[in-house]
Amino acid sequence: MKPSKAWVIIVSVILLLVGIRMSIGQGMARAYVERVDQSVEVKANDKHGASTEKWTEWHSVAPKKFEAAQMADQSQTKIVFSLANTIGLWLAAFFTLAIFSFLYRDNPGYRLAEAVIIGVSAAYWGVVGFWDTLVPKLFGALTPTLVHDQVLPSLPAPSIGQVVAMYFALALGLMLLMRLAPKGGWISLWPIAFIIGVTAGLKIVSHVESDLVAQSVATFKPLVQPVVGAEGGWMLWPTIWASLKNILLVVGVLCCLTYFFFSVEHKGVAGRAARIGIMYLMITFGAAFGFTVMGRVALLAARIEFLFDDWLWLIDPAGKRIVEVATAAGSMLCWW
Amino acid sequence: MKRLVPMWIAIIAGFVMLLSAFFPITESLGETVGDVFNVVAAIAFILGAGSLAKVNLAKISRRDQGWGYAAITLICFAITLVVGLGKIGVPPNTQFPLLAWSGEKNADGSIFGWIYEFALVPITSTMFALLAFYVASAAFRAFRAKNLEAILLLSTAFIILLGRTFAGVVLTGWLPDWASGLRLENLSVYIMQVFNTAGNRAIIIGIALGVTATSLRILLGVDRSWMGSGD
Repeated sequence: MKPSKAWVIIVSVILLLVGIRMSIGQGMARAYVERVDQSVEVKANDKHGASTEKWTEWHSVAPKKFEAAQMADQSQTKIVFSLANTIGLWLAAFFTLAIFSFLYRDNPGYRLAEAVIIGVSAAYWGVVGFWDTLVPKLFGALTPTLVHDQVLPSLPAPSIGQVVAMYFALALGLMLLMRLAPKGGWISLWPIAFIIGVTAGLKIVSHVESDLVAQSVATFKPLVQPVVGAEGGWMLWPTIWASLKNILLVVGVLCCLTYFFFSVEHKGVAGRAARIGIMYLMITFGAAFGFTVMGRVALLAARIEFLFDDWLWLIDPAGKRIVEVATAAGSMLCWW
Repeated sequence: MKRLVPMWIAIIAGFVMLLSAFFPITESLGETVGDVFNVVAAIAFILGAGSLAKVNLAKISRRDQGWGYAAITLICFAITLVVGLGKIGVPPNTQFPLLAWSGEKNADGSIFGWIYEFALVPITSTMFALLAFYVASAAFRAFRAKNLEAILLLSTAFIILLGRTFAGVVLTGWLPDWASGLRLENLSVYIMQVFNTAGNRAIIIGIALGVTATSLRILLGVDRSWMGSGD
């Protein structure tokens, strides 16, 4: 079968199933929002007089809340259908299916989702950097009045040292941007040098403190670990078990370190220790593999739950809707 | 000059951070250098954005294959940037209602929050979920119990996977109490506490030694490879 034909069949089947689902029971994929009217009294100060500021916020709510409100009062306008969030739900479902479609083969839907995520994520982290770092630290020091009056009134006034440091940071930042210029790109090496130097200085301290020293200290375990019973005497089997645990741990760490120690040829005692070290490392990699698979499967389950719960309304594990979901699922199965 | 100045910048910045951990008097200096680092890193996002725009605009102007996707990338980038920087649709903070930009950037109801919830989260989490299939497929093709090491790796992965699921509990639930240590859920805990801890600990100690040695080489000016080979 030609790929284009296969795609026509796949998309048609999905559209048919979605169409059927939409016409059964409660329908599917609708989002609701609750109107929250905010009213805040503002006290007078030297810049403005006393006033009452009012605005409306819209918060997402479960369909159950909308249904309950409709049952109580048909004409209520507090909880309403949200077109924007409903479009968002459909878009999220489309993106989910588009990414999953890559399992069959590369296709325009997948490439579209890929293009979207590149643009969105680049801008997202840029915006996060702007509001979380540049505004409070850089602009907060260089234009404190503007930041104080428009964004963060609780920001303390910067010290002279902070202002000088931020001018230095701005200069380094501008040097970094010179990389995009056709000439003078070499100056961007200065801020990179600063980043490398700071990272190196930080990493020495953090790795020695929390990894090298802490992990070494944690390895110094008693090779005989007495487990004392209620009567004050040693309990034989728990003591053997706890001691064995410590012995295996200490031996394991030493053997693995021997394997990583390449200044000595892995022969004789060192060779045997390195071999035991390899066994330990294989078990470690196996455990890491198992955890990776579990993590990915958990994510997969979450995406499938999104499709079946939030989008198709076929399951309802969190009890977001009032009507029995089994009715909708049952009707669909019967029709099928 | 082009190599000497960067080398000294790296050395001074690195030693300031190093000394701030040992001398309380330089602690605030270390914090300030840390702030400068964060600001330079945030400005680096602008460099990234510029680079993204440059690459994609070149693709569009040359009408390369798939230039339409480059256009979509740029459009999505521009929209997200504008609504995020402008905090469009963000309600003001209830503590400071007169300040239009005081609200949280991805608050409920904002366009930036909408993009995060309905585009960024679904796509990234589905991409990671997709790896479940590829990990399984790669494991099926590559994992062969040919020798003792491979058997250890495979069996550990199975024990860990089964030990953390209901199936594992059911499979070995029949074992009597005196052999309860062999039940998959207990076995997986034992593996994690002893063998996995030992292996990981050695790896962490090795990494710490490597990072410390590399950092020291940079701070002492011995390693200059990060400057590249250009003049």
